[in-house]
Formats: sequence, structure tokens, C-alpha cells
Amino acid sequence: MATITLKVNRQAHTLECASTTLLVEALREHLRLTGTHVGCDTSQCGACTVHVNGKSVKSCTMLVAEADGAEITTIEGLAQGGELHPMQAAFREHHGLQCGFCTPGMIMSATDLCKRSPDPSEHEVRHWLEGNLCRCTGYHNIVKAVRAGAAGMRGGK
Amino acid sequence: MKDFAFHRPATIKDAVALLHAHSGGKFLAGGQSLLPVLKLELAEHSDLISLAHIKDLQDIRVDGHNVAIGALATHDQVHRSHDVQKAIPALAQLAGSIGDAQVRNRGTLGGSIAHADPAADYPAAVLGLGATIVTDRRKIAADDFFTGLFTTALAADELVTAVHFPVPKRAAYAKFAHRASKYALVGVFIAETAHGVRVAVTGAGPKVFRLTAYETALGKKLAAGSLDGIAVPSAGFNSDAEASADYRAHLIGVMARRAIQALA
Amino acid sequence: MTNEGFGAPVRRKEDRRFLLGKGNYVDDMVLPHQTYAVFVRSMYAHAKIARIDSAAAKAVPGVVAVFTGEDIAADGLGGLPCGWLIKNKDGSNMAEPAHPALAQGKVRHVGDPVAMVIATSKAAARAAAGLVDISYDVLPAIGLLADAIKPGAPVVHDEAPNNLSYDWHIGDEAATEAAFKKAAHIVELDLTNNRLAPNAIEPRAAIGDYNAASDHYTLYTTSQNPHVIRLLMGAFTLHVPEHKIRVVAPDVGGGFGSKIFHYAEELLVTWGSRKVGLPVKWTSDRSEAFMSDAHGRDHISHARLALDASGKFLALRVHTLANLGAYLSTFGSSVPTYLYATLLSGPYDLPAIYAEVKAAFTNTVPVDAYRGAGRPEAAYLLERLVDKAARQLGIDRIEIRRKNFIRTDQFPYQTAVALQYDIGDYHATLDLALEQNDRAGYDKRKAASAARGKLRGFGISTYIEACGIAPSAIAGALGARAGLYEAANVRVNPTGSVTVFTGTHSHGQGHETTFAQIVAEKLGMPVDNVDVVHGDTDRILFGMGTYGSRSAAVGGSALMKALDKIIDKGKKIAAHLLEASPGDIEFKDGTYRVAGTDRVKAFGEIAFTAYVPHNYPIETLEPGLEESAYYDPKNFTFPGGCHLVEVEVDPDTGVVDVVDVSIADDVGTIINPMIVDGQAHGGLAQGIGQALYEEVRYDGEGQLTNGSYMDYCMPRAADLPSFKVGNHVTACTHNPIGVKGVGECGAIGVPPAVINAVIDALTPLGVTDISMPATPEKVWRAIQAAKAAQAATKGA
Repeated sequence: MATITLKVNRQAHTLECASTTLLVEALREHLRLTGTHVGCDTSQCGACTVHVNGKSVKSCTMLVAEADGAEITTIEGLAQGGELHPMQAAFREHHGLQCGFCTPGMIMSATDLCKRSPDPSEHEVRHWLEGNLCRCTGYHNIVKAVRAGAAGMRGGK
Repeated sequence: MKDFAFHRPATIKDAVALLHAHSGGKFLAGGQSLLPVLKLELAEHSDLISLAHIKDLQDIRVDGHNVAIGALATHDQVHRSHDVQKAIPALAQLAGSIGDAQVRNRGTLGGSIAHADPAADYPAAVLGLGATIVTDRRKIAADDFFTGLFTTALAADELVTAVHFPVPKRAAYAKFAHRASKYALVGVFIAETAHGVRVAVTGAGPKVFRLTAYETALGKKLAAGSLDGIAVPSAGFNSDAEASADYRAHLIGVMARRAIQALA
Repeated sequence: MTNEGFGAPVRRKEDRRFLLGKGNYVDDMVLPHQTYAVFVRSMYAHAKIARIDSAAAKAVPGVVAVFTGEDIAADGLGGLPCGWLIKNKDGSNMAEPAHPALAQGKVRHVGDPVAMVIATSKAAARAAAGLVDISYDVLPAIGLLADAIKPGAPVVHDEAPNNLSYDWHIGDEAATEAAFKKAAHIVELDLTNNRLAPNAIEPRAAIGDYNAASDHYTLYTTSQNPHVIRLLMGAFTLHVPEHKIRVVAPDVGGGFGSKIFHYAEELLVTWGSRKVGLPVKWTSDRSEAFMSDAHGRDHISHARLALDASGKFLALRVHTLANLGAYLSTFGSSVPTYLYATLLSGPYDLPAIYAEVKAAFTNTVPVDAYRGAGRPEAAYLLERLVDKAARQLGIDRIEIRRKNFIRTDQFPYQTAVALQYDIGDYHATLDLALEQNDRAGYDKRKAASAARGKLRGFGISTYIEACGIAPSAIAGALGARAGLYEAANVRVNPTGSVTVFTGTHSHGQGHETTFAQIVAEKLGMPVDNVDVVHGDTDRILFGMGTYGSRSAAVGGSALMKALDKIIDKGKKIAAHLLEASPGDIEFKDGTYRVAGTDRVKAFGEIAFTAYVPHNYPIETLEPGLEESAYYDPKNFTFPGGCHLVEVEVDPDTGVVDVVDVSIADDVGTIINPMIVDGQAHGGLAQGIGQALYEEVRYDGEGQLTNGSYMDYCMPRAADLPSFKVGNHVTACTHNPIGVKGVGECGAIGVPPAVINAVIDALTPLGVTDISMPATPEKVWRAIQAAKAAQAATKGA
């Protein structure tokens, strides 16, 4: 067992974890932040994407021990003051989600993109999302939502 | 995942000493190859020695003729480095083609080449540019580094600290990605260097290799037409449901020509 | 007046919880003292189990129990049942071998569960699972469908010595043969329909929770139809009266058919919870999903089309060999028969059809319904065949379809394979699709592609599907062992808001919004005043669940019926309050009115009166405002349409890029166009996946060779274009909404359009056939072979 200190969604936590604990297990099982999902076991699907120190990372492919001292943002930490983050709002407006399972990872991935590239083209969005699988939407509305979400983020909403 | 002890040394010396002391241990860089292997229990290690807390291993430095990239520089960092983009644009582009965005945010140069996956992208650039691998104890020429399937010239406790890439006159990388895994089915890196044309191929064989027949031909004239009539024998190539050895051999020709087109 | 009724693109009510990360999926749930189950699965495709030694596993700290086939046999657990009996040509029943939840002495596919380990932690359960020592005597296996019927093939089940579950047929063989005799042209084609893994991104999961004090079982499971699971557990597998079983399917992360079926794991955690006295939870890994979730498709067919001299279709004859996998899954037997061969008329006036289907057992994961289920196989066969006919006869591909479409004046149209289409307009959807595709600009686009070194191809598919499965009586006559109606309950709360309880289940389809829109349409209230409850057998009266694009057509119709009852009862209350005859009361936009007057009562006031019946016709009317309805459809619904695809082929590598997808569907009345388009998009992605990317591969020994996302190619965002989706509506004639169903259209219509486009692109090179998935190497090889053939011809 190891003691891990990290900040999750702006709140400090100290966890006692086995060395083998993955970041996603710490989030889901220790902190009960179950918005971060697991859809595969080979680091492909991206449903577990969170931000570690501001960058999108597959939390199934990182030990929580590697996140010691890090700042983590999960889907639960995106909305503030009861209001959806512009990317979340765009996904709703453009029907960018159906079953909702890949959605948290999609949104965390998309917000990382839009921080780097505030007005991404369709091509850019589609390639950036290579690390996120969706089986419901055919990506059509996700792409629309990400571009609209980018506009929302630019607007500083 | 099988249990292991987790270490986080602050210096290269301590890291190497730890692995020396724990022969069943393994260095952990970005973990994007190692953790999937551990999760599926395809391997187990008594100790994982995280390199994340060692200072300066992420640095990228460029002088006139040389790009020195720290072993822990992430693919994303290399992809976005203005210095790399300016000095060796093909290298920045290659780094941006590895895996996906999340993998690039964690995966590292040192981790990639030490792992020596036969379908990884970086080995093509390391070999294609004739880079020098710097370790805690010596320098290894790229030509001597990749020794086989997932194997390198590194000693069991030897740590890659940086890779020095000589700046070529020009270079390009063309990759045909496996459609599911995004690894290279075939990736061809072509560089016009001070010492001639180098052609490195990843994905096709059990390890990255130089294609001397192409190098000779392109050394005479660096143009796609120079490759006409040069057959790439497929003997010993990887063959699977996604791509047979023959198809891989064919793709080397196609990707090489595309790399040459991109050289301009 | 609300504008949130039919046709309004209302934003989804369920989205907020998903967007905030507050969905409640099975794996998110934690029950007090829950334990963890891990299944030990066969690594062999076919083997006898010589011995199982669980001692080492049981000794692992934290292990609570290890159960094997012997334990479930001792407790009398029933095998997993098949819900549809198919008759052989000779009238005898299909072979229906047992499908035990844990192997009984023999394993029949890689992934077949042999033991269940239960421990207090996942890690302990996993470690112990690795220590269950099983000795196998490995047997020869059948990995590939074609091998199942070869002489001397290994036998999967003793009950089916020729490896066939059934040899079934439909249609008029004599009439078909007669038509072939007088045909001017005969077009033949051999086809395979590739095996797919459904791959909902949420892996399956289940938690069993037995309460000894009340002797009740609760199962939380990733299901599309919790009542069906309860029924099957009660009657067939757990053997416990249904009132003692509660099945909850909370938020479910996609299904696509794969979560319809009754699976071993959900039975075993429920039973196991009683055995160990603790809740038992199991969550599938993706690798485990590949070898335990039912797969889809997997047909080999030979098809022959007879035409007259002008290109009019005369008859179709089809022979299909379908893979059932190692066992009959819940609806596995119905997919290659009644969901497939009955669709072989497509949108065409095809006077004679005869189809034979042999269904074989192999040493592979069971095969069952996957998005489209039988109908994509039919559409693919027919649309490939029609394209080949056009080429062979030198008729334009669009014209040959127009020439053979069922005309609008022919409806209702009785097909030669048992279905009666009520309505459609296939010319209209074709015209709309062509308009969206900008057919006139094609030559320019083709030239632009050529300038980039790419071969452009255009592909068309005009398809039909049958959904909203039923009526129950007809399905029953054809062998279905369940009813196919749907149930709804409408509870008007005293202050006028509404709670709807539906037997359908939403796992992405957006029922919480569309069903609220049905209420909005009928009662004239905002959707925010409506809650839709689904997925819990203790809260919902009954239901058959969600599959086969049936929810709006059947479940929505049940809801319409219940709402009619609400409105009617309200009329009686309004009549009393307004001192008028109920016959004079009309209801519109949420208001009861004495016809022709300004005397009105708002719906809310009527609801309140129903629950506070101070001034109320209590002698003749019960208080309260709650109604239930069951709806059994009169017929299938028949969505159809036209899918157009343009591809670019890179001749150097064989890579196919889908560069344009323009479709026009007729899904009947549209409740929410935003959701309808979204369903089409998702189906298109899965259909393009089948055509270009996806295929579950087994080797000849039955080993699964691409059971992970490292090898099984799921379509990604960069693999697909944006889609142009249009709708032309002809309302279904026999349900109260006029809705037909949209969930499967994309997956049905687009695969043949993609392949027809690839063949079109390669026709100048001499390529005439390519199979799915059209992978780069396959396409490249086809090009090489055609070039070699042309060179040989020139040389000769």
C-alpha cells in the first residue's frame, strides 16, 4: 500500500492504494467518481479519459502512483456552479451523445483539443478523436458538438 | 495486474541503482506500452522504477547540427516543439502520428525506443536519421541499438537518457497505419544526411531495419523513379490477417515513394 | 400550447446526467458487502473436461466460493433457452441442444464458461481464477462456417450429428423454378456476410443480490429487456417464481442487440448470491466480451436472380448457410430465418422467391441479433445481386431499380416471402437521396479524384426492413415462444404532471425524451412535466423491451393507447364539472371544452379533481387518473429508403475512403428529427464498419484471432465522413403514431452501397467482386489479380 496525495476537481485527497491501482480505479472505486468509464482493456477506447495536469490522459493506462501530486480533472469537475461547461452544453445542443457511456471521455478529450486549438477544423477534430471510440453516434454529431463547444469556450462562457 | 513495488528515484544514478538492485524490475517512463502489457498480465515485474521525478530528462535542445531530446520528452512535446519543427520537421510530424492524442500526452521517446516494438514509429526516425542513443553510461549508434524483436543493445539496468538526432538536409516519414491499433504496418523514414541517404523501415519485420537497396539507388538520385524495378523481398517479414508479408513488402515501395514526394 | 410534440427537435432530457458524469450504469453501482465474480473460460474451442481442481483457487485469501458445472447441475439450474422454434423442411423441430450456464463436461467455444470464482475483491477473484486447474482432452473443432457441413467434420453436439440445427425453407419452389425456366437472363452471385462483434462501449455487467429474509432476488444487469430476462429466469433457468425476481436495467451503455439475450453470467451471479449470501458483481473486460457476447451475421450464400429480356425481375432463389455458433442463443434461430429470408423481396415487385437456410453449429461464440439482425444480410444479398444484374444486362443501376420497385398503387403489397408491406414510396426516397448526393456533379468529382490518383466509385442500395416485430399471434404461429406486444402505464399525478412507465428500454435511443414528446403531443403539456421510467420490473407493469426498432412503433403505440384512455376518462370528469354530456366534450391543446362553447377546463384541473373528488361522478367513475395499455401490432412496419455512397480507392495501397454518404429514409412519422438523424448516423457508422473495417476472425481450429481493439477494427471519427441524411415520410397505416422505426436503417442500407461503390470504382480495372470487409490488402489484391488477368488476355 502506498499513500497518494492528489487534487481531483480542485479538491485535495489522500488515498491509501495498492501499488497496482490504476488512476481510473482510484477515481471510480476510492473516490466514487464513476463518470469516468472503462470500455476496454487495451487502452484504445478512451472512455476513461481525464485531464492530468491539464492534458488528456487515459486513466486506465496510468498508475495512481504516477499521479501523486498531480491535479486531475474528471467529467464531474467540468461544470461549475450548476452550469454545464460549454463543451457539455454543445454536446447536448447537437445531440453528440446517445447512450452516454463514451461521452465523458469524449468531452475530456475535446476540451484538451480546444485549449490547444481554439477553432479546430472538422478534419482536426476527427483526427484528434482517434483515441476515443463511440458506437452510437457515428461521430457525426460529436464532431459538430466539439466545434460548437470550441466556439463556446472561445466565448469564455 | 501482478503486484510490484513502486519506486520514484530523483536522479539517474538512483534509478539505475534501483534496477541494479532489483533484477526483476523495470523502468517506467510514460507507461503507454508497459501498462497495457502489465494489465493483461503478459509480463510481470517485481519493481517499477518511475522516471517521472528525474529532472531534465524532458528537455529538448537544438544546436546547429543536432537535436537532443531527453528520454522523457513526450510525443506531444516533440510534435509541438517549434525547435524540432524547424530543425527536423519530419521528426515532429512522426511524433504527432504516434497512437492517439492521449497516448502522445504520456508516451515518451525513451520508453518507445527502449521497448523496441517492431511496429513503433520512433525507431524509424532514430535509425533513419542515424541518431545516437545516450544512456547513463555510454552512447550507442542507432545502427547498433535495435537488435531484434523487442530487444535492444541496452544492458539490463541501462537507462536511455536522451537521443541525439543529427539535423539532415531533408527527411520525411510515410506511414501506413494498422487500422485498429494505429501502429505502423509499414513506416518508411527517408533522410538525406551529410553521410548519404538513409532509409529505415518499421512495422514490416521483427525489428526496424535499413533498406540498403533503396539507399544505394536513392544515393544516386533522390527521386521516386530511382526505386523503379527494385524489388523488396518479403522473406522474414511479419505476416498476419491485417497484412501479409507480400503486402507489407509492396507497401514499403509505396510509402517510400510517398516519403520522397514529401521531401521537397 | 406546447411545441414539443411530434416533429420537434427537443433536446434530450436524459443528457444532463450523462454530461455531468452522473449516469448510473451497472458497474457504477456498489452494494454493501458486494463480492466479485470472475469466470474461468475455456481457452480451447472444443474439448472434454477431464478434471477440475479448485483447491488452490479456494485457498486464495478472500475467495468465497468456486462453482463449476457440477454445482449448477446439482442445484437444477436450467440451460439458457432459445426463444424461437424453427421447423425443418420436413416439419420436424430444429435440433435444440442444451446450453448450460457452466460447461457440463465439454466446452464448445473459446470463452465457454467453466467455473465462477467469487471473492471479496476483484484482485483475489482474478488471482484465484488463474489457479482453477482444469484438465482438458482437446477435440477437433470447427472454426469456420464452411467447414461445419463438410463430410467428416467434428460434431459440436451429439443432438445434431450433421452440425445442423435446422434445414428450413420459405417461398414457392415450383413457381420460382418455373420462372427461371422462362427467364431471358439469370444472374448468379456467391456472397459471404462477415461476422461482427456488436461492441457496445459499455461492457456487460451484472450484480446479483439475494435477500434471504424475503427470499427475493434482485438482478442489476446491462439488458435491453429486463422483463424478458425475468421471465426466462423464472420459467427456464433459475426456476424461481417471477414475483420473487426483480430485474433492473439502469443506464445501459449501448446494446445494438447484444444485450437482448439471457446470458449465463447474469443467471450465475443471481444464483451465486443465494449460494454465498452476499451480493455478487461481475463486469466484463473487453477481451472477455469478444468471447462471450453474442456475435452477429456470418452467412455464406448463393443467390440467383431471374430476369426477363427487359430487366424485370421474375424470381429469386437463395441458398444460405448461417452460423449459429456453439449454442442457440436466445433469438439466434430466428435471425437467419424470419428476420432474413422474409426480407428477400426488398423494395421490389418480385413475383417468385424461394430461399433455403441451413443453420450450423460451430465451435465459436453464439451468433444472434446484431443491429439489423437478418435484414442487413438480406439487403446485402439483394443489392449486390441487383447491381450485378445491371452490369450483366447493361442497364443503369438506378434504372433497373426504378423498373422493379413496388409502385405506390400496389400497396398493400403481398411479397412472395410472407410479408405484406402496408405503405412506402421507393421512388421518392431514391429521388431525395439522388438530390442530396448531387448526382449531376459526379463526373467532376470523379475527375478531381483521378487528378489526385484516386479511383472514385458510386454505389447505390435501395433497401427495406421489417421492424416493430409482431403481431404476436403470427409470430407465435411461426415459432416465436413469446408475445411481441408492448405495455405502457401513464400516471397523471394530482398536480397534473405525468409519469410514464414503459416496457421498452432506452440505452441510447432517447426514450425519456421521445416518449415525453408523445405525452406532449397528446396532452399538450411541456416535456419537462413528464418523466419516463423504464428498466425495472418492480416499477413497470410489463414489457418486451427494446430491439428490432420496435420501441416507438410498439411501445409508443401502447403509450398512445394509454393516453387515449386518460383523455377519455378526463372527458367524463370534465363533462361532470361543465355539466355537459361526455359526448360533447372535446380535448385539444391540454384543454377540455364543451364543443362550440367557451366553457373549458384545463387538464391540470381535471387531474386534480380526479384525485380530490369532492365534486365528482363518484357513483359511475373511480377516482384517480392512471391508465395502462398493451398494444399488439397488426403488422410489421416497413421502413425503407435509398443509401448512396461515394468512395475513393487508392490503387497503390487498396485503401478505401468513404467520401460521401447521402441517404433518404422513410421511417414513418418522425417524433424527434434530431434523434432520428442521430439513429441514422450511428447505423451508418456500423454499416460502413461492416463493409470496410470489421470482422471477427476465427482460425480453422476455432481460436479467436482478433479479440481486442488492437486487432478488431472499430470505425473511428477519422474513418468516416459527415453524413447527408434526409427523410421522406409515408406514415405507417396501422399504428396510431404512423411511426415505422429508425434504429437499424443505417446498418441495413449502407453496406451494399459501400461495396457497390468499391466495385464501381474498380470496374475499369476489371474487378467484379469484393467481399466484406473490403480491407486494403483485399482491395489491393483484387486490383493485382484483375491487372494480371487483363495482361494475360492481352498477351494471348
